[in-house]
Amino acid sequence: MKMDMSQYLDVFLEESKEHLENLNQKLLELEKNPDNGSSLNEIFRSAHTLKGMSSTMGFEDLADLTHHMEDILSDLKEGLLTASPYVVDALFKSFDRIQSIVENIENGHGGESDNRDLIEVLDGIKSGLGAQEAAAAAEPQLVLESPPPREAALSSVNGIDINEYEHSILQVAENSGMKIYAMKIEIDRDCLMKSVRAYMVFRALEEDGEVVKSVPSAQDIDDGKFDGNFTVLLVSKNGLDETIKRLNNISEISVAGYEAIALTQLAPRETSAAKTEAENLVLDGDVKDGKKGAKIKQTVRVDIERLDNLMNLVGELVMHKGRLEQIAANRKIIELNEAMEQIDRISTDLQSVVMKVRMVPVEQVFNRFPRMVRDLSKELNKEVDFIIEGKETELDRTVIDEIGDPLIHLLRNAIDHGIEPTAERLVKGKPAKGTVLLRARHEGNNVYIEVEDDGGGINTERVLQKAVEKGLIDTKQAELMGWDETIGLLFYPGFSTAGTVTDVSGRGVGLDVVKSKIEALSGEIFVEARPGLGTRFRIKLPLTLAIIQALMIAVQNEVYAIPLSAVDETTMISSQEIKMMQKQEVIQLRGTVLPLYRLTGLLGLPDPEQENESMYVVVVRKGDRQIGLVVDTLIGQQEIVIKSLGRLFLGIPGIAGAIVAGDGNVRLILDISTLF
Amino acid sequence: MENIESAPIESSYEANQDIQIVAFKLGKEEYAVDILHVQEINRLLNITRVPRTERYIEGVVNLRGNIVPIINLHTKYSIQSAGDEEDKRIIVFQIDDLKVGIIVDEVSEVINIKAKDIEETGRVYESASSEHIKGVVKVDDRLMILLDLNKIFD
Repeated sequence: MKMDMSQYLDVFLEESKEHLENLNQKLLELEKNPDNGSSLNEIFRSAHTLKGMSSTMGFEDLADLTHHMEDILSDLKEGLLTASPYVVDALFKSFDRIQSIVENIENGHGGESDNRDLIEVLDGIKSGLGAQEAAAAAEPQLVLESPPPREAALSSVNGIDINEYEHSILQVAENSGMKIYAMKIEIDRDCLMKSVRAYMVFRALEEDGEVVKSVPSAQDIDDGKFDGNFTVLLVSKNGLDETIKRLNNISEISVAGYEAIALTQLAPRETSAAKTEAENLVLDGDVKDGKKGAKIKQTVRVDIERLDNLMNLVGELVMHKGRLEQIAANRKIIELNEAMEQIDRISTDLQSVVMKVRMVPVEQVFNRFPRMVRDLSKELNKEVDFIIEGKETELDRTVIDEIGDPLIHLLRNAIDHGIEPTAERLVKGKPAKGTVLLRARHEGNNVYIEVEDDGGGINTERVLQKAVEKGLIDTKQAELMGWDETIGLLFYPGFSTAGTVTDVSGRGVGLDVVKSKIEALSGEIFVEARPGLGTRFRIKLPLTLAIIQALMIAVQNEVYAIPLSAVDETTMISSQEIKMMQKQEVIQLRGTVLPLYRLTGLLGLPDPEQENESMYVVVVRKGDRQIGLVVDTLIGQQEIVIKSLGRLFLGIPGIAGAIVAGDGNVRLILDISTLF
Repeated sequence: MENIESAPIESSYEANQDIQIVAFKLGKEEYAVDILHVQEINRLLNITRVPRTERYIEGVVNLRGNIVPIINLHTKYSIQSAGDEEDKRIIVFQIDDLKVGIIVDEVSEVINIKAKDIEETGRVYESASSEHIKGVVKVDDRLMILLDLNKIFD
């Protein structure tokens, strides 16, 4: 009989990816610090879960590979094997294979894969143990602070570690004349709802006492992660007779034993206390209030599509609210105005709540990078310290999805072009190990992401030389170029300064792609470089892309929205103010000369037969340049909900998306960065 | 890239399969499409022009909050528009994840045919422009050109 597993496939894929990410991350930690027992434990757990999931889903090749991997991991855990570079590499390779199998499954190609090569390597590592094994077995086993011991023998209380906090609670209890008991509860083997029974036990215990600690922890018991028995530390005033009676009324459980103990038998274990505190903050919280198996912060996994739907609906609401506001303003109905204010407040709140739901920490993207940086620096034979800061910074999901590739590009650049080869660094008196810093932070309505390296900076002379070679500029222009303009050349299409084309950069995709991607996200990119000291790329991104403020304008009969973030001001000029400079119309605005563009021409509309005496100009900002845009009518400022034009219209220069206006018509959003 | 799973529905017709087609007019000629691709038929909505695109892209419309592109086949295949403005319709298709509409001069009816009624185009049209044509359907004395939507919206 074969069960239909397809309905679980999505969950499987989602969770496998999470486990893979976790595996990569923890293995990196382990590589840096081979004695790190907790990383190893995490790796082991993730691998184990992955194995279980894949065999349940019937992906035998995947299960088989993870099984062999698990063998190695368990040897590592037992201390029979050390996390040598060879072993770590083999594990990384296995993760990569698992990843590609999972991707295949996702793309509907099934989970078959020939993993004999990897399994051979893994088995080789395992059997290579031989000689080591005997020696290692004699050594004391690797001490792991977690998970807590599953079976605490009641006869001695050694199985119960308490931290300082718990110790102090017990101290207070003992001082106030209460007694401390250790009690072991057994739950019947065939009991179906073990955690429910355990919950009832806790309830009974706490009627006239307090559970200070349980092994396994209350949370694990709550989640069903226990073997059918658990031990509690209990403080009580009146002895246990009543409590035992109550416990006996609960079916499917039995009290295996209990004893009164003195606090002196329970010395707090400083080291483990500190560690459990740090590791299991949430769990500690449980034990602290000790009242009941309190729940950790609950989360719900939601299909992204549903969130998008919700966002769409809120968008529609905001749009219709705008319409109502207009009616209220036109008809001057005071009562309606008041109601509108309320609705306005609620819809603003609603909007911000939905926005918050859509926010995800940049961690999701950043977590992919340490592995990439490791592989890359190995490949390029450079030593790199990779530091991530502010990975908890939150961004809208739409931005998160898009930001990965540009960041990969910048990181590659930093390692490949930025950080010098080790020998060169030593000559310059720098530490042999280069540093690459990836930092995210909030500032107002923006998020800044920075990629910084302590490499050689940007050699402007070489940039100019290269630009001339590639025919981007001529020598005369090169002489006149200032720093900013020179740096600007980096973002020209087809520009790459790498002396040698490496496998890493120089694939023909340049910084121009990064720039256009960032600009498509309504962001900006800046460069700072200090010769010999390093380079910093700063990306400025809006918090959200879904709802923005826009200036609505019209040319002839067409209405367009310009994102307010790109608008500096609006002004009215007379046609006499327009001058010609090098075949380009310009105007003077408070002493600065702005190029002037006609929106009619840019959008392929016919020029009006007769020029108006005075005309509206929207002053927009493109990078650090100001440009005047001639429009026919200024309609006003409006909150708009951005919708995609769909894949048929990908990459139309000048058009960023569409909105559905209050009257039900579609209006287009102008993309200032690509309009000219 | 051939992907069998996402192959268009039309490719897998069996000779005796019943097919429903929607017949419509472009200019004076009658055309048809498989009804399975048709999502809805609307009166002409307000179409917003999208600048800087191909001439045959008429623009976009708002279909209950969704932005749907509208293709003008008249322009694409140089067909002279004919008939009453009142009779013009937008047929909206759903092809895989793409929603797209075309403007037609008149929607005639839904017709039941057998797959074997579709005649291969090779014998009727020889020109290169016949790529978007799946075949010709003969019903009574009417000849209808069955369009291959996947080719049109490629």
